[in-house]
Amino acid sequence: MEETDVIFLWGSNAREAHPIWFHHLLKGVRNGARLYVMDPRRTASAHWADVWMGLEIGSDIALSNTMAREIIHAGLAHKDFIARATEGFDAYRASVESYTLDHGERITGIPAAAIREAAHAFARADRAMICWTLGITEHHTAVDNVLALINLCLLTGHVGRWGCGANPLRGQNNVQGGGDMGAIPNRLPGFQDILDPATRGRFERLWGVTLEPRHGKNLSEMLHAIEHGEMTSLFVIGENPAQSDADQRRVERGLAGLDNLVVQEIFLTRTAQLAHVVLPAAATWCEGEGTVTNSERRVQRIKKTVDPPGDARDELWIISEIARRLGRDFGHPTAEDVWNEFRTVAPHFAGGMSYARLEALGGIQWPCPDESHPGSLFLHGRLWETPRGGRAAPFSVVAHDPPVERPDAEYPFVLTTGRRLESYNTGVQTGGYDSPLHFGESLDLSPEDAERLGVATGDAVRVTSRRGSLVAPARVDRCLRAGMVFMTLHFPDEVTTNVLTIDAVDPKSGTAEFKACAVRVERAAAAAETPFAGAGRR
Amino acid sequence: MDIRLPEAEPSDEERIAIDALLGPPESAWDGGSRGRSRDSHVSYGGRAARERRHLLLPALQALQARVGWISEGGLGYVCARLSVPPADAWGVATFYALLATEPRPRRVVHVCDDIACRARGARALTAAIESECGAPLPHAENGGHIALDRERPAWMRSPCLGLCDAVPAALVTEAGTSPIERQLGNVTIGLVRSLLAGAAPPKTDGAAEAMVPQRGDPALRLLARAGSVDPTRLDAYRAAGGGKALARALELGPERVIAEVVESKLVGRGGAAFPTGRKWDAVRRQPATPHYLICNADESEPGTFKDRVLLTHDPFAVVESMAIAGFATGCEKGYLYLRAEYPLAHERIGNALSQMRRAGMLGENILGRGVRFDIEIRRGAGAYICGEETAIFESIEGKRGEPRNKPPYPVQHGLFGKPTVVNNVETLANIPRIVLEGGAAFARTGTAQSTGTRLFCLSGNVARPGVYEVACGTTLGALLELAGGVPNGRRLAAILLGGAAGAFVRPDELGLRLTHEDTRAAGVTLGSGVVMVFDETVDLHDAVLRIAAFFRDESCGQCVPCRVGTVRQEEALHRIAGGCARGGVAAELALIDEIGVAMRDGSICGLGQTAYAAVESAVKRLRLFPTAERKKS
Amino acid sequence: MNPQMAPSRKGESEPRRASARPAVELAIDGRTVSVPEGTTILGACRGIGIEIPTLCYLETLRPVNVCRLCMVEVDGSRVLVPSCSRPVEAGMKVHTGTERVRHTRKLVLELLASSVDLSTTPGIDALLQEYGCRPERFGPRAAAADAGVRDGAVAGHHEPPDPRTAATVAQPVKVDNDLYVRDYGKCILCYKCVEACGPDHQNTFAIAVAGRGFEARISTEMAVTLPDSACVYCGNCIAVCPTGALMVRSEFDMRAAGTWDEARQTKTDTICPYCGVGCTLTLHVQDGQIVKASSPLANDITRGNLCIKGRFGWRFVQPRERDGRAREGDACA
Repeated sequence: MEETDVIFLWGSNAREAHPIWFHHLLKGVRNGARLYVMDPRRTASAHWADVWMGLEIGSDIALSNTMAREIIHAGLAHKDFIARATEGFDAYRASVESYTLDHGERITGIPAAAIREAAHAFARADRAMICWTLGITEHHTAVDNVLALINLCLLTGHVGRWGCGANPLRGQNNVQGGGDMGAIPNRLPGFQDILDPATRGRFERLWGVTLEPRHGKNLSEMLHAIEHGEMTSLFVIGENPAQSDADQRRVERGLAGLDNLVVQEIFLTRTAQLAHVVLPAAATWCEGEGTVTNSERRVQRIKKTVDPPGDARDELWIISEIARRLGRDFGHPTAEDVWNEFRTVAPHFAGGMSYARLEALGGIQWPCPDESHPGSLFLHGRLWETPRGGRAAPFSVVAHDPPVERPDAEYPFVLTTGRRLESYNTGVQTGGYDSPLHFGESLDLSPEDAERLGVATGDAVRVTSRRGSLVAPARVDRCLRAGMVFMTLHFPDEVTTNVLTIDAVDPKSGTAEFKACAVRVERAAAAAETPFAGAGRR
Repeated sequence: MDIRLPEAEPSDEERIAIDALLGPPESAWDGGSRGRSRDSHVSYGGRAARERRHLLLPALQALQARVGWISEGGLGYVCARLSVPPADAWGVATFYALLATEPRPRRVVHVCDDIACRARGARALTAAIESECGAPLPHAENGGHIALDRERPAWMRSPCLGLCDAVPAALVTEAGTSPIERQLGNVTIGLVRSLLAGAAPPKTDGAAEAMVPQRGDPALRLLARAGSVDPTRLDAYRAAGGGKALARALELGPERVIAEVVESKLVGRGGAAFPTGRKWDAVRRQPATPHYLICNADESEPGTFKDRVLLTHDPFAVVESMAIAGFATGCEKGYLYLRAEYPLAHERIGNALSQMRRAGMLGENILGRGVRFDIEIRRGAGAYICGEETAIFESIEGKRGEPRNKPPYPVQHGLFGKPTVVNNVETLANIPRIVLEGGAAFARTGTAQSTGTRLFCLSGNVARPGVYEVACGTTLGALLELAGGVPNGRRLAAILLGGAAGAFVRPDELGLRLTHEDTRAAGVTLGSGVVMVFDETVDLHDAVLRIAAFFRDESCGQCVPCRVGTVRQEEALHRIAGGCARGGVAAELALIDEIGVAMRDGSICGLGQTAYAAVESAVKRLRLFPTAERKKS
Repeated sequence: MNPQMAPSRKGESEPRRASARPAVELAIDGRTVSVPEGTTILGACRGIGIEIPTLCYLETLRPVNVCRLCMVEVDGSRVLVPSCSRPVEAGMKVHTGTERVRHTRKLVLELLASSVDLSTTPGIDALLQEYGCRPERFGPRAAAADAGVRDGAVAGHHEPPDPRTAATVAQPVKVDNDLYVRDYGKCILCYKCVEACGPDHQNTFAIAVAGRGFEARISTEMAVTLPDSACVYCGNCIAVCPTGALMVRSEFDMRAAGTWDEARQTKTDTICPYCGVGCTLTLHVQDGQIVKASSPLANDITRGNLCIKGRFGWRFVQPRERDGRAREGDACA
């Protein structure tokens, strides 16, 4: 990051959502990197950009494909890399052919000249990288959006090298680690294929159980299953779906209809309030032991610093006890015991990461197969080896597909959601401290729309979607353009943003389209449910 | 940058002033109004926007000139236009004495209160102004926060205005659509009274008579044209021999020009006396590009006004010299950093630049030879420290004028981090003759080590104050004679040689030859050519206290020895002067010496390193503060 | 560069900075030392166990060399040299303990100690003693300025000194938010907070040095309060402050109540519970309660920095109640 030449920060407001990572980005910028920020909002991150590309919400694939076509037609594609390391280029080339600069401008709203310049800068750079966050993945085309960006990296050879690559910035401190450990519906620990009989067999022998050769359900599929009576019992650990998931009323109905809802939590969250059984847990990041994996695949130790309060129990203890009471006693392993078992079942992945080494090296980036391995600074270097290591990287044909719900006469605004610097997710943790930056929730809208609606910062507005309605204070934000409004999910107790959002789900990832739904905004007769403390920022 | 702007909006007046300097905003994102459709989907900024940072000081000066102070809204608009964080801009605005960050009257009369003016009546003048017209700004009792009538002129005390040949001196500034800046000499209480009552300041053309007493002397080189040739017309300059050196330099080529300068043994005239040829050669050889030239016209050393005379009365020569220097050192851009207190010089240099551009002596294709070089004037804003060669970089880059630690030296890492040659005005003024006559011929004047002629600024109690040009090696006594000696039959008490950063010499040292080698051997310095003469009637204690106050005021505040040392030095001197020395005068002098040594050894730049010099000479050479022991003996 | 003409890109796998730096030989206090080119004199000295005191230096910040405490003597240099910023040169002869060096260090310490409240500056008493400092010899300390007076000082103008007292920067503490306080009576103007808030790390530029000379001070624009400023409460200024002028509110309040006791504190490194960057959080715990969070300077990810959530967002784990929120006025607030 600090030694790259071109950065595409795409669908990410890392300045607020990943502040310390943004320090590294700014070091890169100060070292000479050219920064492009693709975001419908001109965010704090975009303020640092050499070029802010304010694409229409949900036009990411169109923008990527337009750049790709331009790179190909300008002769800037990395032909050698494409030939040695990729497959499917011809189909890809054909698929982007219709995305001329003019066509791209019509879909994205970004002037053709700006798209062309960015495409050339990316392709010509010695080193370039694309980093993204939920602006890419909280769409019903989430996976296709990601593939579109990967295509750009493959097209230009910006992958598998220092200072290059396609980098998702993880939004939570262990969302990566959860996947590493197999807490995803379609993989075993170490991202091993559950459908592969040999792999499955290894785990079955080790664990003494039979594993079903099929993928589990993702969150959206679970909700669907609950609604259809196919799933009647749910064990929620450290998640607050009652407030964090799209179309909140629907989620609440689903959770309330369960036969058995068990919630393991550090607080009595909204979800916990709906539970049949609540298991008060330690806040493991400082009241327990273990590891987390950060955005750069670095496995890091977390350590017990203080005792959990009251009856809250260590999370491993809770899991072990539940297992025991379900008839499977594996004693009370320590976090290190569990980790060492993981190292055994995924040796190619984490074999070299003993607790001692994690401690000594301040974390290790996977893969780290043995104790002499320093960890991996970046992935996919194999694509540059001669002969190429492993299979070819596939181009993916993806097409522009606008958000499911588009503004119309009845719901003329697009509501998009995101994070603010000082708060986090549903505010369960960040509600615990006061700061001058805590302004409470607001509906952010452009000065033009504010004028048209006759509202000023602090005035109450009613926001209504096809699914729900709420009242919130307005906040005029110059960084929004007319027709677009913005909210966060940080204050669900005061402003239930997710009653508005749509659960249009990406079929491949199960992610809902938090980034776009159609709403109506009106001056509210009544006062807002909460006063708004924020001063207007120019 | 994700800067947070103040909520206050700029006034129309402020917006107009800034747009006149920077042009209209290009988008809603750099201070323009919303509504352009392109702005909603793309904006350009980043590095390109941040690289306009160097325009910060000119922008703040534009607000000051138009409105008379820098308001929250005005500051915010500048920040929006230039991508500068407001706190950063505030730090810059509060650094410079001539920028006001609290409401200030449109018209302010800055009355010089410094040593040269004090030697001839400034204290009586300021006392009279204070009793007749009220206290000066800033009003300290409430930290400057007062409600005031901005239409009612006010006055302030000022450090040396560089008009020591026409004391007492003042500078009038008036903000508005046609701002006024005028330097006035021989100021009387009557004039100040009328200025404060709103009368128009008298016109002045800086008539040369007073300043070049040697005018017409055929031996003059640097001053040959000053006062004799119309400084506003290029044709007059050319008729008097100007312009030939530039043509000759282009024929010779950079290496030959530098070889001649090396052979001339010319050394810098700003105070540090570094060999000019070596500096040029070092810059020329630097592989990093671009190279920059800076003409240091920020002469602010109390008692110094020689550069003002050259800038005001021979401006074409300064510009021609810069063009030669730029050509020789591989620069395409030069800056002339001019102290704010010289409005007439600003006008004359500006005029010279435009006439010489029209004549093809500057610009894209100088004299048709494919050489590119042009000059931009940057003005100081009331900060002595900006004459320091690295503080000048910071100031041009739009920052606080805080000197940099050296090394790296400017020849490698100067303005904008690029190789930079910084030369004083007088140093450059020697160049045309060296180019035309050759370095060897130049070196025949003066002594073996100190070649050429030098300008000296005679002020204080002399019969004919002004700038004098003499060959290096002339004695101090001969120079004093040239200026008519001490008038009114009074006895010479002391001479401050080299400025506030120089040293006092005694009446028995008039045999001192004015060369670098002789002054160094005597433990003094030529500095910037100040020869400030004090007769027996002058209160030298007061002069020393004023010098101490000057350094305290002008310290940039960056390093501890200077920031606090100048305070402690002034306090100790005041204790002695006030008769309340802690532990006796000798103990106080020992303490001052300890502070002074730490300032000299430990400060970042020349200001702190010399802040003790004049005080030390007053103690050790003049024995101005008799201790009990000395009194006994 | 056109990628087709850039064979160097192929398989490039190392950081650019990794190229080995040639060694430079110099003499420090008569000992011959060999260090990589670009090492500072300070670095070379510390490498061989020579202690040089510093105040404005920090390994994670660009050296500003303003405190002038780390000065050393270098043969051939007219004045002393700041060891924190000066790179070594071949053949350099450095002297770290000469009378000149000790004199300047002593005066720097005395000038600071006489004008600034150093009562919460770690290690300062030992230094003052080592150099035989008597800051009181400049006279009794002047009374503290009223609030706002130093913020309103005008460049280039000062009142004549009071011969009875020694000027100081004493002034009331600025307490304008719940997260941290600014006690500029303790500020030695080391510039670290400005560098950390600015180009070295945070790039928020909420503060800058304003004014000049002895009236130079750290200030927001127009000296507005922090809530009215650009401050984002990352506290990265606090992390680098060498004198305790900047202090988290929890520590400030506990010190005021007399309950702050570092001897009873433990520090444990864990990982921040928020976003996926993986910042190491050092939790300072006293009597079973977290009282402060910081991050190690040597950490590759944070370089000692955190954001508002990391530095202040830990309070939710303090005694929590069943309503799902941290109790009001918890242990350290």
